Amino acid sequence: METTAASRQQVDAGRELPAATLAELHEVAARYPDRRSALLPMLHLLQSVQGRVTAEGIETCAAMLDLSAAEVSGVATFYTMYKRRPVGDYHVGVCTNTLCAVMGGDLIFERLKGHLGVGNDETTDDGKVTLEHIECNAACDYAPVMMVNWEFFDNQTPESAAAVVDDLVAGNEVRATRGARVCTWREAERVLAGFPDDRADEGPSAGPASLAGLQLARERGWRAPQPDRGAADGDAVAADQASKGVREESDVAVDASPAGTRHQDKKRSRDAAAGTETSNGSSKEAGT
Amino acid sequence: MTDPLTPVLSDNWDTDRSWTLAAYEQLDGYGALDKALGQTQDDVIELVKSSGLRGRGGAGFPAGMKWGFIPQGDDKPHYLVVNADESEPGTCKDIPLMMASPHTLVEGVIISAYAIRANLAFIYVRGEVLHVVRRLQRAVQEAYLAGHLGKDIHGSGFDLDVIVHAGAGAYICGEETALLDSLEGRRGQPRLRPPFPAVAGLYACPTVINNVETIASVPCILANGADWFSSMGTDKSKGMTLYSLSGHVNRPGQYEAPLGITLRQLLDVAGGVRHGHELKFWTPGGSSTPLLTAEHLDVPLDYEGVGAAGSMLGTKALQIFDETTCVVRAVLRWTEFYKHESCGKCTPCREGTWWLVQTLTRLEQGQGTEADIETLVDLCDNIVGRSFCALADGAAAPITSSIQFFRDEYLEHLRVGDCPFDREASTLFAMAGASA
Repeated sequence: METTAASRQQVDAGRELPAATLAELHEVAARYPDRRSALLPMLHLLQSVQGRVTAEGIETCAAMLDLSAAEVSGVATFYTMYKRRPVGDYHVGVCTNTLCAVMGGDLIFERLKGHLGVGNDETTDDGKVTLEHIECNAACDYAPVMMVNWEFFDNQTPESAAAVVDDLVAGNEVRATRGARVCTWREAERVLAGFPDDRADEGPSAGPASLAGLQLARERGWRAPQPDRGAADGDAVAADQASKGVREESDVAVDASPAGTRHQDKKRSRDAAAGTETSNGSSKEAGT
Repeated sequence: MTDPLTPVLSDNWDTDRSWTLAAYEQLDGYGALDKALGQTQDDVIELVKSSGLRGRGGAGFPAGMKWGFIPQGDDKPHYLVVNADESEPGTCKDIPLMMASPHTLVEGVIISAYAIRANLAFIYVRGEVLHVVRRLQRAVQEAYLAGHLGKDIHGSGFDLDVIVHAGAGAYICGEETALLDSLEGRRGQPRLRPPFPAVAGLYACPTVINNVETIASVPCILANGADWFSSMGTDKSKGMTLYSLSGHVNRPGQYEAPLGITLRQLLDVAGGVRHGHELKFWTPGGSSTPLLTAEHLDVPLDYEGVGAAGSMLGTKALQIFDETTCVVRAVLRWTEFYKHESCGKCTPCREGTWWLVQTLTRLEQGQGTEADIETLVDLCDNIVGRSFCALADGAAAPITSSIQFFRDEYLEHLRVGDCPFDREASTLFAMAGASA
């Protein structure tokens, strides 16, 4: 369910949130022993519906969690992933923390600013791309790193980064280096709110750098010491057999897993999408 | 004598669809859980204690001892919280682990929660890693369907629920008490200790917080025994661990080795510093650990060895910089990071990091004076140890260590009146050009 730029860029500030969204916010809150723990995922969910954190989103969370709007606002402004201005369909983050910067992240960021004609934390006029320099994203062995909607694009150059952005703007399918086909930023926010999109099976297990040590160990025959099963556990054989029994049982259940998710989640996403596509405000909100 | 590399946690990363339950169970996954459930909770804690497993998130606190602090027989709920907020600059081990084998973590969570008598566990994963969140969500879902989670796990009578909770972008939430505040739906600000989380953690209840790699190391200890685990490593730093090499090295990546390996040995297996260049400085465990240089190549990379060399093992994030890198630029960028990520709670950190950036910026542009270097040292002296958490200490580490080892380079900026380095020379693209 790829969504298009302009229609999803709109924000229905001042409107009531769709009933489906309100129901899902309650659902998130009910996951936790203390409802306030749901605030971060609730804000992610609101961003998936409204494209940013709005004043009404804050009021809604406050009412649901019995907090003041100031308390919710204090949280929403603390975390960098929550945006007060509308985010484009694609959030492009270039790591400019030291290691990536030194390896080329600074030059990539400079190139993309010029290429897109935007500054840091700004969105292109067509509402497609928001550019931001980001801090270390835990992929230093793939430096320099770029993230698109929080998917990994490894070992970038200014040219490769510009090409990725061009594909995004053109609406071409873009695949992360280690991850899935790129979805929209709003769809990504929905996953972060705890509503899976059934794309876990896309992409590789690991990239080349993650496997560098393992492959060398395989080539040279290096491995961890062999466990002395007898000394470690008297009934290791029995335990092995027990675990095999468990495995056979669970194979059946595993097969059932992805399908179940897909059906449940697809239906909900459709409902949520239906609730927002009616909005037709301007793509940039004034006065935020 | 163990082999130079000892893949255990990373051993299944190259298998087909390694993230799935089916692939994990092919390799006896969830077998360790049966072993754990066949013992008393106290026996599991004892086993982990005797293995010598220490926290892999940076501090190196003995994991079994941490678990042992949880009061038993109280009427409060207990919680296990996995710190998957991997954000320390240079650190990149937990993300590939969760991407390739999320079930290793989930199995560790179940065993650890059983040991500390928790019926609810949280995996607090940073929000900026979408595909890792997907894989964790799927793994937890698969584990429920297979009966590894939920009620009466494997017929043991033990119940456990796991919630995958995505953060929203804040380095400070990697600090365990800030993480708890964040998980409670608040701004992520560190708490004053005591009370420690083991006594009053999440919702003021007894809570264990461990790093991903720590918890992921638990199943292999159950499966293979404490003696097997402690047969790797050094006297006080037991077991294998993930060393992450990044930067100006020919084959950057994850290298799982016994604790105590040296950077010289790691560089040897990783193909060395990029061709035609030489090692200038490196971090042993992320940007919060004081910089080391080529004279430290033979320091054993365990908790004691790196400590004796004046730094810290930290997260074993070995960022390698060659002679094309300006150390002042590198340190300024880290300092800007700490300023940005300071939560603002403590004045020395909030104000101090701001002033550090001002002073360093001037020096990097070659516009300060030599007195600015003394000002930096003095500022750091007034920041370290004066805040609730270690963020400010981390901010000072690269500054004081870089002045210690590269004072002349700071002065060279002043002499030249600019940064004397070519930014392009240090990039990956320059690297590709050089080897082509």
